[in-house]
Amino acid sequence: MDKAMELVKSFGLPRLIITLFLLALFVIAPFAGINVASSVTDVLGRFGQNAIMVLAMVPMIHSGCGLNFGLPLGIISGLLGATLAIETGIQGPVSFLLAILYSTPFALIFGWGYGKLLNRVKGSEMMIATYVGFSSVAFMSIMWLILPYHSPTMVWGYTGQGLRTTISTEGFYYHILRDTLNLRIGNLSISFGEIIFFALFAFIIWAFLHTKTGTAMTAVGSNPVFARASGINIDKQRTLSVIMSTWLGALGILCYQQGYGFVQLYQGPMYMAMPAVSAILIGGASVNKANITNVIIGTILYQGIVSMTPSVMNSLIHTDMSEVLRIIVSNGMILYALTRKTGASR
Amino acid sequence: MKKEITSKDVRKFLANNIVPIIFIVLCAVCIPIAGYSGQYLVDQIITRIVRNSFLVLSLLIPIMAGMGLNFGMTLGAMAGQIGLIFVTSWNVVSIPGLLLAAIIATPIAVLLGWFCGKMLNMAKGREMITSYMISFFMNGVYQLIVLYGMGALIPIHSNRVILPRGYGVRNTVDLLDVRKSIDNFWSIRLFADENGMGGLTIPLLTLILIAILCVIIIWFRKTKIGQDMRAVGQDMEVAREAGIKVERTRILAIIISTVFAAYGMIIYLSNMGTLNTYNSHSQIGMFSIAALLVGGASVSKASIKNVFLGIILFHLMFILTPQAGRNLIGQAQIGEFFRVFVSYGVITLSLVLYEIRTRREKAESAQTLAIEQKEAQA
Amino acid sequence: MSEMTNTLLEMQNVSKEYNGNPVLKDVNFTLKEGEVLGLVGENGAGKSTLMNILFGMDVIQQTGGYGGKVLIDGKEVKFASPLDALKAGIGMVHQEFSLLPGFTAAENILLNREPENKSVLSLVFGDRANTIDRKELQKEAIAAITKLGVELDPDMLVSEMPVGHKQFTEISREISKSAIRLLVLDEPTAVLTEKEADMLLKAIKNLANQGIAVIFITHRLQEILDVCNKVIVMRDGRIIRELDAASTSIPEMAKLMVGREVSTDKPKAESDGRTISDKIVLSVKNLWVDMPGETVRDVNIEVRDGEILGIGGLAGQGKLGIPNGIMGLFPAGGKVVLNGSEIPLNNPRACLDSSLAFVSEDRRGVGLLLDESLEWNIAFPAMQIQNKFLKNYLGGLIKWRDQDAIREVTQKYINQLQIKCTSSLQKAKELSGGNQQKICLAKAFALEPKLLFVSEPTRGIDIGAKALVLQALREYNKKHGVTIVMISSELEELRQICDRIAIITDGSVSGILPAERPSEEFGILMVGKSKKEAM
Repeated sequence: MDKAMELVKSFGLPRLIITLFLLALFVIAPFAGINVASSVTDVLGRFGQNAIMVLAMVPMIHSGCGLNFGLPLGIISGLLGATLAIETGIQGPVSFLLAILYSTPFALIFGWGYGKLLNRVKGSEMMIATYVGFSSVAFMSIMWLILPYHSPTMVWGYTGQGLRTTISTEGFYYHILRDTLNLRIGNLSISFGEIIFFALFAFIIWAFLHTKTGTAMTAVGSNPVFARASGINIDKQRTLSVIMSTWLGALGILCYQQGYGFVQLYQGPMYMAMPAVSAILIGGASVNKANITNVIIGTILYQGIVSMTPSVMNSLIHTDMSEVLRIIVSNGMILYALTRKTGASR
Repeated sequence: MKKEITSKDVRKFLANNIVPIIFIVLCAVCIPIAGYSGQYLVDQIITRIVRNSFLVLSLLIPIMAGMGLNFGMTLGAMAGQIGLIFVTSWNVVSIPGLLLAAIIATPIAVLLGWFCGKMLNMAKGREMITSYMISFFMNGVYQLIVLYGMGALIPIHSNRVILPRGYGVRNTVDLLDVRKSIDNFWSIRLFADENGMGGLTIPLLTLILIAILCVIIIWFRKTKIGQDMRAVGQDMEVAREAGIKVERTRILAIIISTVFAAYGMIIYLSNMGTLNTYNSHSQIGMFSIAALLVGGASVSKASIKNVFLGIILFHLMFILTPQAGRNLIGQAQIGEFFRVFVSYGVITLSLVLYEIRTRREKAESAQTLAIEQKEAQA
Repeated sequence: MSEMTNTLLEMQNVSKEYNGNPVLKDVNFTLKEGEVLGLVGENGAGKSTLMNILFGMDVIQQTGGYGGKVLIDGKEVKFASPLDALKAGIGMVHQEFSLLPGFTAAENILLNREPENKSVLSLVFGDRANTIDRKELQKEAIAAITKLGVELDPDMLVSEMPVGHKQFTEISREISKSAIRLLVLDEPTAVLTEKEADMLLKAIKNLANQGIAVIFITHRLQEILDVCNKVIVMRDGRIIRELDAASTSIPEMAKLMVGREVSTDKPKAESDGRTISDKIVLSVKNLWVDMPGETVRDVNIEVRDGEILGIGGLAGQGKLGIPNGIMGLFPAGGKVVLNGSEIPLNNPRACLDSSLAFVSEDRRGVGLLLDESLEWNIAFPAMQIQNKFLKNYLGGLIKWRDQDAIREVTQKYINQLQIKCTSSLQKAKELSGGNQQKICLAKAFALEPKLLFVSEPTRGIDIGAKALVLQALREYNKKHGVTIVMISSELEELRQICDRIAIITDGSVSGILPAERPSEEFGILMVGKSKKEAM
């Protein structure tokens, strides 16, 4: 009994409940007339779409900057890359590479500035990150209106000025990863393209954390005073981690767009940090510890619940409470992480 | 005793009041561009003061207790909205309706405030981000209750409130029955034309209510509990050693704030006349906090003066920018985005400035020590 | 004091042990009304434990209570909490201020004991809705300040006060508590200027004349002579001697304080067969360090190649500031020269690069990555500073952590220092204090430094581990010829392993003596009598 309790404790009660809940959903699903294979396809698709944004949490958590509520800043770099790539008019897979290429300098510059800012406000990073994210989204809303874009796929038809709220990636990089190496078995379809793409970056981060610099970054997050006494430049490590997170955020949104099919501008990126933050927490990360496994488990659990609840609920009680449940679960998870005693000890 | 005003003092004044100064400049630039008449602006500002000041005032007490900006005031707003939903469905009209709404909202606000306070005690040192997440979390619970519980589990059947499907509250609820009932109960009209139209309407009763709340807050600062909160706000450990019940005091601060926010929301919505069931509360939290900060408040210090200056400046900007945007670039939307940007930006700026300032003060103390030691050596 | 006054406090055979280690043995003394008792002793002599017992602090009950009796007015008392002690009229002023910076002196003096006015609203909302009676508050605060007999503006904000006034505010608070009969002052003059200290001493006499008994803990022995009626000298948990303040002297007290004679006639190096050259390996000039509570002012020290130099002194005098300042952990200034080249200050990296290493006194805060494995803890600085334990790929572009090399070196030190752990992957926080200290040593050894600072290496670890740690240091010095600078509060420990010992008082060096000199001489240096001629 004690051992069982110990196991529950190490796994985390909320995570256990969420896992059991998801399992229950999959068990109930066939009885509710839902095709399990297509459900799995859905979950995997969402995983491929979102996993990199969750991965973007890892560097900042490692360096002790806390949960990256400022993810929208990375997303904006991605949006700039996306719109610039579409503006060129070049279609097909090249556009995806272009988008990555164009978004990179923005991500580096924004990340650098954002990192410098966070270095000056150590201790209240998360609150300020949240509002840096919001402010930048609001600022870019103005920019989307006045930046001189011309591509007819993006600009409002009737005024010829200002970008549309949503831009289709059809013809550019729609499903560019999703349809690569796609395995189909009946209703089940697994996109290895997306999974490999994620795995590539997950591997890079994993490998980075095994290098000298990565080790220093982890030490900064684990005990900044120790790191300083060992001759590490804390601010430099933190800035580097923020740049990495921001760049991964940019990649993440591009990956999301290719799966989802649309570039969402204006207020679109506003609340995109919350699902990523709560996904990594559900995966077992805390405010100052996270690894790749947390990312994978967290994204699957989170996206599993988000996609399974509506379908199962709809067919069972003919009411779709999923959005509300999503809000409660994801924010409840963040709240749990913030109020946990262990999370506070460095 | 007369003090010389040095350039250092001026710089210090500017540095400490940078946010209000930016806003004053911003408004001064926008007023001629927008081209509104002075009377219109004054009328609008009075309306905004009437609407918002109760809400913004509710933020003062947690700041006093050292808990920062209470993003959890949204919880109070939710309680106020639930009260209004009930009275609207029961057809209780006018001032009795509002009173009843307040009576219903009070226990809900107390409960929510208690929950929020408990959580914040578990997250000392990161109260703001936590209260912010609480407001998100409770928003989910609120939606669950209002969208699925009301009409289904909670017996509300009025067609004006409930969606045609039989449960869940409509997106917008008309508050015609209670609309402006406080404002119109006793108001005077200034500068009206001979038909009694136009001019400025001064809703005296609402203003009196606001004045009473100001007096309450001033009185509150002088009470034992107020003194305890100030003590807890400065140093929890010292307060604890002196025998003050720190946790209880903090919870109490949040409860009081939440209850005031609930009343503030009722006043706000009764003035507006419509309830956006799923949006009103989350917007109001951000706008109230931004307004307070615009008034020159910081995370650790805020006064009644900040509240009113903030509401005037913030809402002036709010009224002006869409029109200024239209006149300047021909697009009102830019102005709208701009004011959203300013709301978020001002909160960001205030938070960052506060952190940097506290840090600089610490560094300064180390510097003076070093100089003193050098002098002693010499 | 006349013979007629009553005995206020009496301690009979008071004793206390923590986990089987006796820290207080057979303490007996009496204190009369209006008497001032000086309490002196080195750090760890048992003064704080004795005061904790007197105050009924939680830590005493949690560790199994105490033996013997505490009597007040001839009746035995057992305080369950500091509040009970307060009720009995005992007040204490701690070394750290417990004041609110944004409150005035008056508000702080009467914190949570403010006089209140009842109002109608308090009937509805309860007593906490009473308003505060500012006038009465002012009056009571002034009364307390007057009783103390110092100059203090009741309306001044604490944040704007000089340190001395903060101290007065703190004492006034104790006095304002009704029925104060016994006041304990823990090192009250440590932070004061000379003038302020004089004022305070006068205030103490003033209080004594009003019949309040005072227990005065201080390291400044002159003050004891100035103000006390009698003195108790403590060492190793015992009262060594009770002295009449009128007939004792500073050397007598100092000697009693440090006590113990260890027979060490010969210089250590000779008996060990080590060679210490006259070459100066490290020279420190005009060093100042802004380390809170351990301020260093104008320290000049020279360290010889191959020696073990001890730095001793009482707590708070600045000995800890020296290594922390040199290694760049706290703001510092001055000149530090290692082997002829100057080391930039405030730059930890530069120090480590020039083969200095530091074992911090703050193991958990600075010394360890508590949440990481022993491997990480030991290998980290060497990896970051000297690129050890790394595999290079792509021509050095990728520096990959060499897990095998890390494990190997960790295992080596685990064996060498006899670190008790389940594996080299165990988390540092799971080890005992002694083993954590060994990890800190291993971490520094892995850097293979030329000069090693070790700060309080035996603080908070048990006797067995202590001996092992000291042994490890001595062997390291002997085998590798590494110069060691060891900072410790325990003089005996320094005398056991060091060649020379510098004593720090008031932030600067009060003298450097060979370790074999009698401890009495060190005692005198510690209490501030400069004795540079002893060199």
